[in-house]
Amino acid sequence: MITSPASSRRWKPSPFIRDARLRWALWIGAVVYLVLAFGSMDINWGRVIEGLPRGRTFVLSFFPPDFISRFDAIVEGMVESVWMTITSAVVGVLISIPIGIGAARNLAPAPVYYLCRAILAISRTFPEIILAIFFVKLFGFGPFAGFLALSIGTIGFYAKLLAEDIEDMDATQAEAVRATGASWLQWLNYAVQPQVMPRMIGLATYRVDINFRESAVVGIVGGGGIGATLLTAFDRYEFDSAAAILLIIIAIVMGVEYSSGLIRKWVQ
Amino acid sequence: MLRLENLVKQYPTGDRALQGVTLEVPKGQVMALIGPSGAGKSTLIRCVNRLVEPTGGTVFLHDLELTALGAGALRKARRRMGMIFQEYALVERLSVMENVLSGRLGYVGFWRSYLRHFPQSDIDTAFHLLDRVELSDMVDKRADELSGGQRQRVGIARALIQDPELLLVDEPTASLDPKTSRQIMRLICELCAERGLTAIINIHDVLLAQLFAQRIVGLQHGAIVYDGPPDGLTPDVLTHIYGEEDWEATIAKDDEPEASSSSLA
Repeated sequence: MITSPASSRRWKPSPFIRDARLRWALWIGAVVYLVLAFGSMDINWGRVIEGLPRGRTFVLSFFPPDFISRFDAIVEGMVESVWMTITSAVVGVLISIPIGIGAARNLAPAPVYYLCRAILAISRTFPEIILAIFFVKLFGFGPFAGFLALSIGTIGFYAKLLAEDIEDMDATQAEAVRATGASWLQWLNYAVQPQVMPRMIGLATYRVDINFRESAVVGIVGGGGIGATLLTAFDRYEFDSAAAILLIIIAIVMGVEYSSGLIRKWVQ
Repeated sequence: MLRLENLVKQYPTGDRALQGVTLEVPKGQVMALIGPSGAGKSTLIRCVNRLVEPTGGTVFLHDLELTALGAGALRKARRRMGMIFQEYALVERLSVMENVLSGRLGYVGFWRSYLRHFPQSDIDTAFHLLDRVELSDMVDKRADELSGGQRQRVGIARALIQDPELLLVDEPTASLDPKTSRQIMRLICELCAERGLTAIINIHDVLLAQLFAQRIVGLQHGAIVYDGPPDGLTPDVLTHIYGEEDWEATIAKDDEPEASSSSLA
């Protein structure tokens, strides 16, 4: 029975921050900070307006894209970039497997775990571009420096996600295989690998995608590949060739994106 | 055949799951282990094959002291103990055949198992067992495509292909409907009888335990509070194991007909 309104009790969801004063202080603080931050941006509107027509000429100079006059350089850059992408993904993933296994808390004993986590932390500290600058200084200009930078980037990414996927696996499936008297390697192959494989294949194709885009970036600091070609085109004010290169990069990234989607669906 | 002496398990959290359990199971006996959730049933069977390391006490399989074995010898000993799990614990992305053959991992080397190149005798046995549990047309299906009852029968085949002497069965019917539960229990008991296997079956369902087991052991707070024949489970005994409740309807009557058909669904 529904009773009289006098006995009805009110209910409101409890607030995320219990203390009302603290809640209001945080809100007001955030608003004040944003107002000050935007206020401190020193925008010279006069110069912005002055720059607009120049921007227009700049953008227009990209059209029509010119695939022809720098054709050989573009092909060479692309081949280098694709080479860098594939080799660094393969080498990075291969090195990631033992490190990822070692960095999974449910598989590795404590010393191995901390060692592998330390390797991960170090390889994740530096973005690919910093690594590329470093390796260009060490080994000189060219795609080898780019390859090394991307390989280390791949390890930081792939081994960490592999370790986390292993930590999330279903323990009872693993327990069942252990109960048969399987050795450690057999256990990895029968209980762990089938559980993590689909995600790992998906992440590997995603990493190919990332490495290709990064290969354009590392090229700009001397790591070879299409980035170097792109930089040369900009330096020579050949914006139509640069536009062609950008279009090719976009097409390849979209192609990789699409096929990695297909692969991920297929391995599930 | 299996002897537990003063078995103790204390988890790092301080919970004493087993407080000195002593138990002997003779060859060929099917023993049901009943008790409320958290009584230590799962811990007990996992201490036998040391998926859980006991903190104290000893376990003997014949004259082999399981609790004293090193890693290599433990792997060898685990081959003699088949385990069947609650929720089946099949490797879901492997095929039915791979799941069954994984029961032979203790017998074959790494590369043979990695290449899925098992000895022909193992493959013959696997087909024979899949026939026996009526799954021979599911060989190449992935485990996650099967129904609950089918999965549990794959689990049974995986345990049997180890050629075990002892079956450790953990809540085999917990996720199955009543009819399938009976079929699975009957299948396990038939196979034990055919092969002269000893079995410890953890089970929630008192009625199923009474129907199928030759001996019932009741566990409460990690200690044995009942050990006797199925018809010794009186309301008083059940109250002692589980706590106060009206038990009359739960207890199997002698004249109860064997429910459900004998074929597998």
